[in-house]
Amino acid sequence: MAHTSDRIAEDILGYLKSHETKSLLRFITCGSVDDGKSTLIGRLLFESKMIFEDQLAALEADSKRIGTQGEEIDFALLVDGLAAEREQGITIDVAYRFFSTDRRKFIVADTPGHEQYTRNMATGASTADVAILMIDARKGILTQTRRHSFIVSLLGIRHVVLAINKLDLVGYDRAVYEAIVEAYRDFAAPLDFASITPIPISALRGDNITDKSGETPWYHGPTLMAYLETVDIADDASGAPFRMPVQWVNRPDLDFRGFSGMIASGTLRPGDTVKSLPSSKSSTVKSIVTMGGDLAMATAGQSVTVTLDDEIDVSRGDVLCAANDPAPAADQFQATILWMNEQEMLPGRTYLMKTGATTAQATIATPKYAIDVNTMEHLAAKTLSLNEIGVCNLNLDRTIAFEAYGDNRAMGCFILIDRLSNETVGCGMIDFALRRASNIHRQALVVDKAARAELKGQKAVMLWFTGLSGSGKSTIANALEQKLLAMGRHTYILDGDNVRHGLNKDLGFTDADRVENIRRVSEVGRLMVDAGLITLVSFISPFRSERRMARQMMEEGEFVEVHVDTPLEIAEERDVKGLYKKARRGEIKNFTGIDSPYEPPLDPEIRLATTDQTPDEAADRLLAFLREKGYLA
Amino acid sequence: MTDLTHLQRLEAEAIHIFREVVAEADNPAMLYSIGKDSAVLLHVARKAFYPSPPPFPLVHVDTTWKFKAMYDFRERMAHESGMKLIVHTNQEGVAQGIGPFTHGSGVHTDIMKTVALKQALDIHKFDAAFGGARRDEEKSRAKERIFSFRTAAHRWDPKNQRPELWTLYNARKAQGESIRVFPLSNWTELDIWQYIYLEDIPIVPLYFAAPRPVVERDGMLIMVDDPARMRLHEGEEIVEKSVRFRTLGCWPLTGAIESEAATLPDVIREMLLTTTSERQGRMIDHDAAASMEKKKQEGYF
Repeated sequence: MAHTSDRIAEDILGYLKSHETKSLLRFITCGSVDDGKSTLIGRLLFESKMIFEDQLAALEADSKRIGTQGEEIDFALLVDGLAAEREQGITIDVAYRFFSTDRRKFIVADTPGHEQYTRNMATGASTADVAILMIDARKGILTQTRRHSFIVSLLGIRHVVLAINKLDLVGYDRAVYEAIVEAYRDFAAPLDFASITPIPISALRGDNITDKSGETPWYHGPTLMAYLETVDIADDASGAPFRMPVQWVNRPDLDFRGFSGMIASGTLRPGDTVKSLPSSKSSTVKSIVTMGGDLAMATAGQSVTVTLDDEIDVSRGDVLCAANDPAPAADQFQATILWMNEQEMLPGRTYLMKTGATTAQATIATPKYAIDVNTMEHLAAKTLSLNEIGVCNLNLDRTIAFEAYGDNRAMGCFILIDRLSNETVGCGMIDFALRRASNIHRQALVVDKAARAELKGQKAVMLWFTGLSGSGKSTIANALEQKLLAMGRHTYILDGDNVRHGLNKDLGFTDADRVENIRRVSEVGRLMVDAGLITLVSFISPFRSERRMARQMMEEGEFVEVHVDTPLEIAEERDVKGLYKKARRGEIKNFTGIDSPYEPPLDPEIRLATTDQTPDEAADRLLAFLREKGYLA
Repeated sequence: MTDLTHLQRLEAEAIHIFREVVAEADNPAMLYSIGKDSAVLLHVARKAFYPSPPPFPLVHVDTTWKFKAMYDFRERMAHESGMKLIVHTNQEGVAQGIGPFTHGSGVHTDIMKTVALKQALDIHKFDAAFGGARRDEEKSRAKERIFSFRTAAHRWDPKNQRPELWTLYNARKAQGESIRVFPLSNWTELDIWQYIYLEDIPIVPLYFAAPRPVVERDGMLIMVDDPARMRLHEGEEIVEKSVRFRTLGCWPLTGAIESEAATLPDVIREMLLTTTSERQGRMIDHDAAASMEKKKQEGYF
């Protein structure tokens, strides 16, 4: 076992030699609170001699003080990390543990076992080759066993160990063990695991962990450690076609231009023809450069720097592919998404999507359905909240090279980032590209925006009025439009209330509906600007994120954000439509400023304070701005 | 993938992390502590960007109490790597005469290391700092992310970490926030030694046994690196012993172990057969069980 002392003492060089060639196995342990997961990991560390004497002394002392095993060593204490968790007696996050034997180095992702932990488990599973599912022999298959199995399969783990624990507490009863195994195989059939290996164990007593237990003579399979040391995890990654997302362009001087990245799949040799996506330009590999000399071959999992024969344009985010078998590229996908943030997903909002070395803007559509992680049933859903999983379409602002997650984990995984908080709010797996985008070709039009605007003697622009209800947006917009009309200009007002009577009458006032409200009006506004109109949009539009989305739809200089800045007290005092009174009485829910937030613009083109100027004066100021910037020339 | 050995996979992962940070951060730096983990970190960084030199400076937070051999080695490695070396010392601490003998390990470490580190990051406005910490070092490290975010005040909030999936790292941050990045997170002490051996990476000679002048104090062997600054307690005697160090820091705070291991294989053999864990040689960790977590929340790397 492990660091066999005698061998190390006598033949350290031989020992080092054998350890140079060992492989790496990453696995995750899944179980609920009392299944003995921490005990099992502590036991594995102990048995592989990864615990030093001082740690063992501390462990013995801790076991007596706060342990749950009386005078016995409580192995769980070895792995319970943070102080807060120790006090609560549960682990609350993902922790990584390490041990090694002569054959393999192991990295264990240890995730907490309570209800709200889909997020942490997915994190641990995303890098794991094998999952150990802990089952308490006294309880059999529980709801959480099903949940864990589903998440493990969703994240693409192909091999699971069914560790049927606490067998000592059922008298090492073979019938109990076999009944659980049979029930699990029935349940797991649709999950498509490549292998399911049941092992009867007692983590506490050490049965079938490293040595065969005398208590289970009827069991003829491997011990847990023997399984972990020998399980074949050879996936198809090195046999699959070559893919490498370019992370960084290495350019020390004018003579050298290398493309650095980690090979996602396949192998690469000098002389191979590669194609860069999405540009589709091809070239031949000149060399694979490393500090220790050029390589004759590189394979999946290696981080390399590649030089090409031709000066083709390749930058961060592009993917080098085998030219004869390139990855597909698309800008619309169906994906399975796991939401990881307290703030629920807002369909229609634009998030950042990081995949490989690319970061694209992605708009997520309303989920097609959510999936109940306990029963795998499909449920109707308008959004996804923390720890929920659903299937959604995504629309990107650019074309990216990809593969379905089931075919290639590295090329099909992504994370979603909130553009304002910068938090990682979700993760996902690409199911397939939607063909829609490629089938609806844009009609090229001869008469363009500039021509239409020129005919009207103006430059098209969108003036976006944002502010609280009753701040004076529509009043000012009306005054401005009258003045423009008098000057013979071509205008249109998109007014929040009016649009909600027609185009958006199906939408309410939840955050998700507000986002969709703004998305639609932005699209309509864009068409009007395209028609050459001076377009006045008068919408409360409370969220920065959606106003930014509208801005990004437009070309530079076409979007003018006008913050009609009236303090809440004043707007409420005016209460032209009597809405604030109703909201205060609780008759209107989600009213901006009362029980729904308003995020004021940080850097608007124009800020109009309405307390010290009349609507007419405000309209004049806007007119002066339009003149000055050349929109009315 | 099975063709790769565990060290090849760990190296590839660390290189990937280095490149992601350089591609996404505005002003990265590498915290260089001159120890063996820093030696590996620097070596992997050079591999990641070869033939370019790593496109960031080395930052050494100097307490002025490091071993002389460490200073020599630092200059040599900065020269060999072609990287810019920035040395920062907390001058207020120097002015106040802060030192391990006069103020004890706690105050010394806080003022000359933790505070000094924050000063260095603030002065140079580094928004990402590579460090050589490993998850296997200590329990609170086991749950730290590879990309670990710090508030503008350099605080770490263990309850508010970003999920890290696959090899996709979210390096976005708000103005004033910074990231500590740990490319060697998944390495163990044995991996570090094995890699040093395999790649023939130069390390400070203090890791190898040699006759050195030492004093026994509180059960630790303290090497008299600078006789002029050494404060002997009553009854203490300087004796010459064959010793080496398992970890390097400020010489008055770092315990040596008696050893005859003068070559790398010998050192590794001793490491594998030893019965105490690595950090025991550091006085800083001899506090309560959760002390490292507390230190990290306060800004200790």
